[in-house]
Amino acid sequence: MKNQTKAKINKGFYSSLKISSYICCGIALTALVGVILFVMIRGTGHISLQLLFGDPKDGDTILPAFLGTLRLVAVSILLAVPLGIFTAVFLVEYMRGKGKLVRLIRLTVETLAAIPSIVYGLFGYLVFVVALSWGYSMWGGGITLAVMILPTIVRSTEESLLSVPDSYREGALALGASKVRTIFKVTLPSASSGIVTSVVLAVGRVVSESAVLILTVGMVVNKIPAALTEPGTSLALDIYYFANFGKPDEAAATAVVLLLFVLALNLLAALCGKLIRKKYGDNA
Amino acid sequence: MTMTKRSIYSFISARDKVMKAIFAFAALFSVLALITITVFLFAGGLPFIFSHGDTFWGVVWDVHSELYGIMSMAVATLFVTALSVIMGVTVGLFTAICLYKFCPKKAVAPISHLINLLAGIPSVIYGLFGMVVIVPFIRDYVSPNGVGYGILSASIVLAVMILPTVVSVSLDAMRAVPKNYFEGALALGATKEQATFKVLIPSAKSGIFAGAVLATGRALGETMAVIMVIGNSPEMPNSLFQSVRTLTANIALGATEMTGDAATALIACGVVLFVFTLIINLTFALVGKNGKDKKGAVREKSNKSKNK
Repeated sequence: MKNQTKAKINKGFYSSLKISSYICCGIALTALVGVILFVMIRGTGHISLQLLFGDPKDGDTILPAFLGTLRLVAVSILLAVPLGIFTAVFLVEYMRGKGKLVRLIRLTVETLAAIPSIVYGLFGYLVFVVALSWGYSMWGGGITLAVMILPTIVRSTEESLLSVPDSYREGALALGASKVRTIFKVTLPSASSGIVTSVVLAVGRVVSESAVLILTVGMVVNKIPAALTEPGTSLALDIYYFANFGKPDEAAATAVVLLLFVLALNLLAALCGKLIRKKYGDNA
Repeated sequence: MTMTKRSIYSFISARDKVMKAIFAFAALFSVLALITITVFLFAGGLPFIFSHGDTFWGVVWDVHSELYGIMSMAVATLFVTALSVIMGVTVGLFTAICLYKFCPKKAVAPISHLINLLAGIPSVIYGLFGMVVIVPFIRDYVSPNGVGYGILSASIVLAVMILPTVVSVSLDAMRAVPKNYFEGALALGATKEQATFKVLIPSAKSGIFAGAVLATGRALGETMAVIMVIGNSPEMPNSLFQSVRTLTANIALGATEMTGDAATALIACGVVLFVFTLIINLTFALVGKNGKDKKGAVREKSNKSKNK
C-alpha cells in the first residue's frame, strides 16, 4: 500500500515536470515570437519614404545607415572569406587535421570566437583609431568585423571540407590533377553549399553587430559617408541611436528594415544551399 | 617539345608551392590576429591596473574626480549574467525537452526552424524590445520603487536572447543519446516522463552543460541589449530594481568621450572582460573535451547496434 502511494507520488512528480516543460515551451515561443511581432506592429506604421530614402538634411533617414551597412559587409566579407577558406584548406588538405600547428590554430580560432564583440571594438579602436590614427572610419570597422567573423567561416568551411569523401580527391589526383587544381576544381566545389551557407550567416552577423561599430566607425548618423576612410553608421547602430535619443518609433521602423534584411539573408542561405546541392550532389 | 613540357611541370609545382605558402599564411593570420588583440589590450590596460591598483579594484567610478573603480560594475556583470543564465537555461532546457519528447511530432520541425531563425535577430532589437515593452511593464506592475531599468529587466532581455542557443544545443545533445537508452528505460517499466528525466537528460548532461557555458559567454559579452535596459548608473547592485552598469556597457558608454586616463581605464575594463571570457572558454574547452569523449563512445556503441 505504502509502495503504491510512493509510486503514485513519483509519477505525479514526473508528470508535473512534463507539464512545466509545456509551460516553458509556451513561454519561450511567446517571448521570441513576441519580440518579432512587437517590432513588426510597432515599426511598420512608421516606415516612411523620408525615413527610407530621404535626404539627411530634411530629417531622420536611414539611407546613410543602409549604405554604411552594405559597405561594412563588402569590406569584411572580401577580407574574411578568402582568409577563412584558405585557413580551412590548410588545416584539412595540407595538415590532414592533425599535429601541433593544427591544434594551435584551432585553439586560436576557438578563442577568437569566444571574445565578446565589445572587446573586438576596443581592439579596433586601439589599432585603427589610435595606433594608425585613421580616426573613426569604415575601413577600421570593416577590418575589425572581418577578424570577428573569421572563426565562423573557418569552422564551417573545415566541417564542409571534412565531409567531402577522400575518393573525390584521389580520383582527381589519379587523373593527373595537381594538388592545387584538385582543391580548386574538386574539393572546394563539392564543399561549396556549406561554405556559402556559412558566408551568408557571417553577413548576418556583420549586419546585426553594433557594439564593435560604436568604437570603430563612430556614430555619424545623418550624413552619407563619401569614402571608406570616413566615419559612418549602420542599420543596427541607427536603432541604438534612435532608441537612445527618444525616438522609439523611428527605432522600431529601422528594426523592421533590419529584421527583413536578416530574414532575407536566412532565406538566401537556405536557397543557396539547396541550389548548390542540386548541382554538385548531396555529399557537400 | 620536351623543354616546354618540363617547364609546364616545373611551373605547376612552383604554383603548388606558392599556393601552399598562401594557405599557410592565411592559417597563421588568425594566430597573428589573436596575438595582436592580446598585446594591444594588455599593453594598453595592464600598466593602468598596476599603477592604479587601489582605486581600480574599488567600487567608485567617477570620471570627474578621476576615480576609476570597476568593482561595482564587475559585480553587476556577474549578477546579470548569472540571473539571465539561470532563467534562460531553465526555460530553454525545458523547451528542448518538450520539443524532443512531448510535442506533437509535426510541430517540431517548424518550431526548431523558427528558433534557429530567432538566433539571428540582432541584439539591438532585443534591447529595443526590452526598452519599450519590458522596462515600462516592470516599472508599472512589478517594481516596488517605480524603477523599470535595472538588473531584472536586463536579465529578462538577456534570457530571451540566449534562449535559441540553449534550445538548439540541448536538442543536439539529446539527439546524440542513443535511442536504446530511452527504450531500455521504458522496457524496465518507467513511464515516458521518468525515462526522459531520469535517463535521457542525465545522458545528455555534458552537451547541455556545454550549451549553458556557451550561453554564459554570450550573456557576459552582450553590450547593446544591456545598455538599453539596465540604466547605466555605476553603482553597487543591491536590488533587482536599481539602475546599475555592466563592464561591457561601461566600455561602450565611455567610447564617445575617450580621453586620457578615462580611456586607459576603459581599456583596463576590456582586459578584465577578456580574462573573464578566457576563463569561460577554458571551462568550455574542458567540458567539451569530456563531453566529446563520452559522446564518441556512445556514438560508437549506437553504430554497432545499428550494424547488428
